[in-house]
Amino acid sequence: MSAVIENHHDDHDHGPAKGITRWLYTTNHKDIGTLYLWFSFAMFLIGGAMAMIIRAELFQPGMQIVEPEFYNQMITLHGLIMIFGGVMPAFVGLANWLVPMMIGAPDMALPRMNNLSFWILPFAFFILLSSLFMEGGAPNFGWTFYAPLSTTYAPPSVTFFIFSVHIMGASSIMGAINVVVTIMNMRAPGVTLMKMPLFVWSWLITAYLLIAVMPVLAGAVTMMLMDIHFGTSFFNAAGGGDPVLFQHIFWFFGHPEVYIMILPAFGIVSHIIETFSRKQLFGYSSMVWAMLSIAILSFVVWAHHMFTVGLPLAAEIFFMWATMLIAVPTGVKVFNWVATMFRGSLTFETPMLFAVAFVVLFTIGGLSGLMLAIVPADFQYHDTYFVVAHFHYVLVPGAIFSIMAAVYYWIPKWSGNMYDERLGKLHFWLSFIGVNVTFFPQHFIGLAGMPRRYPDYALIFADWNMVSSIGAFLFGFSQLLFLFIVIKTVMGGKKATDQVWEGAKGLEWTVASPAPYHTFSTPPKVD
Amino acid sequence: MKKEAKKTLIKLVVAVPLMFAFGFALVPLYDVFCEVTGINGKVFQSEYSEELVTDDGRTIAIQFISTNNENMPWTFKPSEQVMKIETGKYHGVTFYVKNTTDKKMTAQAVPSVAPSNAAAHLKKLECFCFEQQELMPGEEALLPVKLLVSNELPSNIKNIILSYTIFDITDYDDEVLAHNQMAME
Ligand code: HEM
Ligand SMILES: [Cu+2]
Repeated sequence: MSAVIENHHDDHDHGPAKGITRWLYTTNHKDIGTLYLWFSFAMFLIGGAMAMIIRAELFQPGMQIVEPEFYNQMITLHGLIMIFGGVMPAFVGLANWLVPMMIGAPDMALPRMNNLSFWILPFAFFILLSSLFMEGGAPNFGWTFYAPLSTTYAPPSVTFFIFSVHIMGASSIMGAINVVVTIMNMRAPGVTLMKMPLFVWSWLITAYLLIAVMPVLAGAVTMMLMDIHFGTSFFNAAGGGDPVLFQHIFWFFGHPEVYIMILPAFGIVSHIIETFSRKQLFGYSSMVWAMLSIAILSFVVWAHHMFTVGLPLAAEIFFMWATMLIAVPTGVKVFNWVATMFRGSLTFETPMLFAVAFVVLFTIGGLSGLMLAIVPADFQYHDTYFVVAHFHYVLVPGAIFSIMAAVYYWIPKWSGNMYDERLGKLHFWLSFIGVNVTFFPQHFIGLAGMPRRYPDYALIFADWNMVSSIGAFLFGFSQLLFLFIVIKTVMGGKKATDQVWEGAKGLEWTVASPAPYHTFSTPPKVD
Repeated sequence: MKKEAKKTLIKLVVAVPLMFAFGFALVPLYDVFCEVTGINGKVFQSEYSEELVTDDGRTIAIQFISTNNENMPWTFKPSEQVMKIETGKYHGVTFYVKNTTDKKMTAQAVPSVAPSNAAAHLKKLECFCFEQQELMPGEEALLPVKLLVSNELPSNIKNIILSYTIFDITDYDDEVLAHNQMAME
């Protein structure tokens, strides 16, 4: 149990070690948060480059740039990298930086496990990406890796894919355990559960979801491994198995997973809207209850991804209503954000712009989700670009905008420097326009019947696809501006005050900017 | 590390293998669920039952579909495409197979019933899908099914489709197959 022994720092003003070893051996929550955030940024750019290839191929009908086989590999890797490499590590990085500071703890509860959970991630993605150079190419069965595509018909690299999913899962589980132990046991005296900042609440719930479903994902890929190499027939009909079973197991993980990618965003946006409205957040406890009910409901809606596999009528109806029920707590949250802004003294600095865009665009994604939840409608929409539009609206201007908002909001605290507001706003507007030009037309081509996951399409879809590709290039290249802004801020700039934002509340704003290497070595007083 | 923290940690660490096991437990749970509800079109072998036999059944149509799984070269087709049958009576039907290759091969047929809420009312006394078929090169056979559709079939169902997909399992590991076969029945 050596990994769980807490680090004791008798010498309070000692700083980080020098050079590369600082990052390799660090157990400091701020360092590890930084590592996670940079790692996720790198993955975001790699996954983004793949999206550019996809959109370039779809710019015109016909096959222009890549082979269909390679297109399938791009689709698969883009999804896996954005989800497991982009969004999830970014949220873990934010949790590392913020959770201890928000609850007045000196560090995460398990600092060495923290180091381990980060450092295995680069290996997982190295393995996944190296499959591009293997015989038969990278995984080509979509991020949902349905059997038997991913078993009987998979390229040999599937074994490496399985291994890398195992590593990613182990990393997520360790990260989640760390968050729960920290939040449950290291809050400063006076920080009761119902006084915790909402970002902390959102991560507590997310961490429980992770601990519940990542092992199920590990189980699913283990069964695949056994089917492929050890002659079992979990998913093979000839041997008495059932491919539909795969989808049940996968989505039992998969639907909670989508909430894993959005709950921390809910937390972030609540903080930012509160700050820039200069008011108290409307309905704190209903926010907590809404997140809890969303998390619980997320376990009983998985089959809405499988409406067309031939479920019995009773199951279709059950999963339809259960799915629609999720819209209720989600609606409560949207209402509370709007009510917080109502009659506030609003200002629109970059974080607020991203947060407001989040509220509007995430709601659009929620509404298309509701349309998909209607069984007879889903029979038409399933596996079309309408689904692609839906989940990109909840993930890009949802999860990813919230991450960008968080970076702009907290980077003055992390680096001690203000970012360039003019460039930040430019980045926001380019991203906002880019995202909508990319994904809004996908609703139309989806409703008109364009199927997803094909490198070519019928001529009638040509115009909107070209619009969508232009939007995608705009969005994609604007992110290089984001990279520039972040680097520029880290290198220097106007010094940030300790509170940074006029309306900011919370323990993290009481420490100096940049936040010292060790904060709250003695617990703060909270009343 | 504080004692309470250790407690939380231990609980969470125990939860992980439990959830991993739960993932595997979904496999038998799924089969049991399908068997109890009869959904998924899975039909299991049943015993001869006097109670199900009646004279006041109604006439329904039963349609037979045969599909070859990819790479399965055998000829496989029902002797009759559609049959009119009486509910509450045992009927016999046959499927024709021929091994069209010059190798000895083993096959396994996997059944499915549509609409799915008819599956629970379709009782099979005998079915070639309960065992494997081994045919010599060029050998042919008539494979029997003996079935009864119970009188309790919902009255809105006037048509049942019984479909079989035939798989080539020549290269499968016998022991593993036997085990799966047991799990299936
Ligand atoms: C009101 C809330 C929501 C509802 C009612 C909803 C409903 C649905 C439904 C019914 C589908 C299946 C569509 C089909 O395949 O035919 C779907 C797909 C999807 N949803 Fe949502 N959803 C909601 C929120 C979210 C959120 C918050 C996220 C993620 C942050 C998300 C991510 C996804 C993804 C990734 C898929 C597609 C998975 C795939 O097939 O690749 N959804 N949603
Ligand atoms: Cu879902």
